[in-house]
Amino acid sequence: MENLPLVLILSSIVKILIIVHLLLVGVMLMIWAERRVSGWMQDRLGPNRVGPQGLLQPVADGLKFMFKEDIIPDHVDKPLYVLAPAMLLVPALIVVAVVPFGSSITLFGHEIPLQIADINIGILYILAITSLGVYGVVLGAWASNNKYSLLGGLRSSAQMISYELTLGLGIIGILMLTSSLSLRTIAIEQGSYPWQWNFLIHFPAFLAFTTAMFAETNRLPFDLAEAEQELVAGYHTEYSSMKFAMFFMAEYMNMIVGSAVTVTLFLGGWHFFGLENVGGPVWSGLISFGIFFVKTAIFLFGFIWVRWTLPRFRYDQLMNFGWKFLLPVALTSVVVTGILWITTNSRLVVGIGNAISAFIVVSIVAGLLVMTTPKPAIQESDSQFAPTALDAVE
Amino acid sequence: MNAEQILFILFGAVSLIGAVSVISFRHPIYSALSLVVTFFAQAGLFVLLGAHFVAAVQVIVYAGAIMVLFLFVIMLLNLGTLSAKGPIGPKLKGFAVILGILLAIEGIYIAVNSASDTAVAAAESATGTTTTYDIGKLLFSEYLLPFEVTSLILLAALIGVIVLVKRESQEEN
Repeated sequence: MENLPLVLILSSIVKILIIVHLLLVGVMLMIWAERRVSGWMQDRLGPNRVGPQGLLQPVADGLKFMFKEDIIPDHVDKPLYVLAPAMLLVPALIVVAVVPFGSSITLFGHEIPLQIADINIGILYILAITSLGVYGVVLGAWASNNKYSLLGGLRSSAQMISYELTLGLGIIGILMLTSSLSLRTIAIEQGSYPWQWNFLIHFPAFLAFTTAMFAETNRLPFDLAEAEQELVAGYHTEYSSMKFAMFFMAEYMNMIVGSAVTVTLFLGGWHFFGLENVGGPVWSGLISFGIFFVKTAIFLFGFIWVRWTLPRFRYDQLMNFGWKFLLPVALTSVVVTGILWITTNSRLVVGIGNAISAFIVVSIVAGLLVMTTPKPAIQESDSQFAPTALDAVE
Repeated sequence: MNAEQILFILFGAVSLIGAVSVISFRHPIYSALSLVVTFFAQAGLFVLLGAHFVAAVQVIVYAGAIMVLFLFVIMLLNLGTLSAKGPIGPKLKGFAVILGILLAIEGIYIAVNSASDTAVAAAESATGTTTTYDIGKLLFSEYLLPFEVTSLILLAALIGVIVLVKRESQEEN
């Protein structure tokens, strides 16, 4: 530890500064993008007055939040009420440390990997830290001392625990094929071309993982913890000013980090048709960073797209979906990947086997659900909608 | 004092403070949170020992899952602040004192023994073999039987819980 070259120490500091600020600016850009894209999808303009194309709107919003009065209601549990937003924000910030955002740059004879820390338990670190995020929501909800907040917190904790299982199981297939927990190794193992990337080999696991990630970030269609129509604003009902903003910053940060992790695990990391190898030792690193950035941005657009096109789940639907569809699919994917990889050692066979087995499992579960659900009793009273009336019109 | 020692003292202190707070807070939610802090500090100690995998598992299983369920139950039952008198009678107090003395003796014994050079050397030679790959290899070769037995016990517990819960809900219907 003592004899590290100065270049590496300096580069680490620079990397940390760049990534943290990129994350914060990314949050602002995401808020702007969300409002503009939702406007575009609903055939209206969205904020376009502050700065070019409304780009400075998040800055204006941030200033407004800072200068607003920070109200702490009398009935709250003060220490936890103050602590909760930070407990949500800090995990969201520190997860990014293990995400590799590019290949590497060679400076002054030292190879600098574009990653803050390449630890050999990378994925476990991500799972561990993201599982701490739930405390922010739960404590904020409880400390608010408000029925709606508490309901939101309870919903959120049950949801996060349920979907965490799928999140973990979805990764195991990849671990078996790469035999490494380091995110950098996983990114390198995937080749330059899209058909070598993990999302094709583990397609069901990819879908399950992505869906679980939507649930973990509390986004629509899984945002039952803050369902406006039922719970006012859920766990952050009692929050105002910058504390409220911190909840939202954490949500967007989780989305950005989640997208980056998905890109690393399933979508080939910084690889794109060999483009990442173009240029010298410095340029290829920067290009790979650019590729990673664009991939993450496209995935984030998917987040916004889903939010403004899908309706919210009902709570029992959410639990049924998580436990009866996603979990069996992820579990089968683990078993099938293991068996096929040991017996055939071919990625193609594993990919096909995964897709077929997932299809079979979903059909079986859907069939069982249809058979066990009691048929709704047909009411005789509303005779004006009976088929005879329609037939008469024709 | 190098960085490792400073970190050890920091994590150790946080872990001790957390552990004492668990029993000294009157409110169950604060107690549960102190326990989370203790678990987290212990994960830090594991990292210092080079046992990264154990540290991650400590956070995932205890801090991330079990304690969230604890909080969930406390919130759901809406347990209030414990009264100053509490349920601890004179009998339990005597029991606690005996247990405390036993633990203290144990602690002193370990502290004296591990201060010798052989234990430190053994610990140093043991580090470096604690990567996830090695743990996996050991679990599925040398410790295969205990591993499988443990997983069977967990499975039995899981099925037991489902059976217990299921019966209750059927009686309600």
